[in-house]
Amino acid sequence: MNALTPPQMAERLAQDIPDGSYVNLGIGMPVMVANYVPEGRQVIYHSENGILGVGPAPAPGTEDPDLINAAKQHVTLIKGGCYFDTADSFAMMRGGHLDIAVLGGFQVSAAGDLANWATDNEKYPPAVGGAMDLSVGAKTVYTLMRHTAKDGTPKILDACTYPLTGTRVVSRIYTDLAVMEITPDGPRVIELLAGNSFEDVQAVTGTRLLPPR
Amino acid sequence: MIDKRIASMRAAIAGIDSGAAVMIGGFGSSGIPFELIEALRRHGADELTIISNNAGSHEIGIATLLRDRLVRKVVCSYPRSQGSIWFERLFEEGAIELELLPQGTFAERMRAAGAGLGGFFTPTGYGTKLAEGKETREIDGLGYVLEYPLKADFALIKAHKGDPWGNLAYNSAGRNFNPVMAMAAATTVAEVEQLVDLGELDPESVATPGIFVDRVVAQEGILS
Repeated sequence: MNALTPPQMAERLAQDIPDGSYVNLGIGMPVMVANYVPEGRQVIYHSENGILGVGPAPAPGTEDPDLINAAKQHVTLIKGGCYFDTADSFAMMRGGHLDIAVLGGFQVSAAGDLANWATDNEKYPPAVGGAMDLSVGAKTVYTLMRHTAKDGTPKILDACTYPLTGTRVVSRIYTDLAVMEITPDGPRVIELLAGNSFEDVQAVTGTRLLPPR
Repeated sequence: MIDKRIASMRAAIAGIDSGAAVMIGGFGSSGIPFELIEALRRHGADELTIISNNAGSHEIGIATLLRDRLVRKVVCSYPRSQGSIWFERLFEEGAIELELLPQGTFAERMRAAGAGLGGFFTPTGYGTKLAEGKETREIDGLGYVLEYPLKADFALIKAHKGDPWGNLAYNSAGRNFNPVMAMAAATTVAEVEQLVDLGELDPESVATPGIFVDRVVAQEGILS
């Protein structure tokens, strides 16, 4: 089965970020989306630690030790950017001021429930960070993840088996095989990627998909 | 005569007893009061509850308090990060208690404590494991979780500049949790890169008004 690479997945999602959006990109694959937003679109990136207007990585030797993103990497501030404290930062999320959050996912259910912060491994300490606030607060939540787990088991399911991050929060799922929209009737494939057929994608999905219109 | 300046890191953390609840500002390596943490480690109080977004990494900052087994409980949103070996080791041993909170709930609980509120209803976490056992309510058709204020005996915070009245200005994203922690603790101690004279801070640049700060201490280079 053909699959997009992570940069290709990020590039595909980036096409759907509208001009003028305030966007939060989650740790991991989602941060790559910033590299592929089409030229001519102005997007303001939010970082949960108190930045609006996150810019690219600084040139070596010019790092500001306090200026890091949610993944704790050194970043810069674009012209027009600003700083604020954590309470204000999360008010921006919960208050519905942020247009789009792009989050990674362990599992997504047919109803748009998201599980992305803990597995069932009790020995491994859980970490939630800002994922729950982002998932309930952003106006639109896009999940960017591989279609199946490393061992091939489906990640898009009737119901999540891992602990939930938020219930009915995901609008779209972007994977290496397809783009799906969560509808009241379940996930509808809106685009097949990497030359896969609907049947190919359905075969590795743990819930019934609706075919593209 | 108000003068909150303290002469040394050691004197700045005086009064933190074993069993105290201590907030520590910062996010990752940004805005962390590294010198106050080192002074606390040398001070030797144990059975501490550490309230901070992360649980330290490698052999610096909060990780050194864990390594020296001075911490009984951690309250945070993201204890695991690259190099968080000491937290992971103690967690696996069952030698540390963890209270995990969504990051926005964590910040807002401290803000509520500092603002004199009895609690608040947040949509964050509703229907998840982190809301288990908590009171919930439906408001305008949406589910919310009741969260209570989070207080502490001390807050150790970090700012770029401070003046004798405790007014603080931060450097870039080093602000993060420091202002809400300053509000939420009984005693707030600020480590600053520069102590400036009264009137030197532009009033518009003061992100933490001195009323929330009890002690200000300039970095003295105890880590180098």
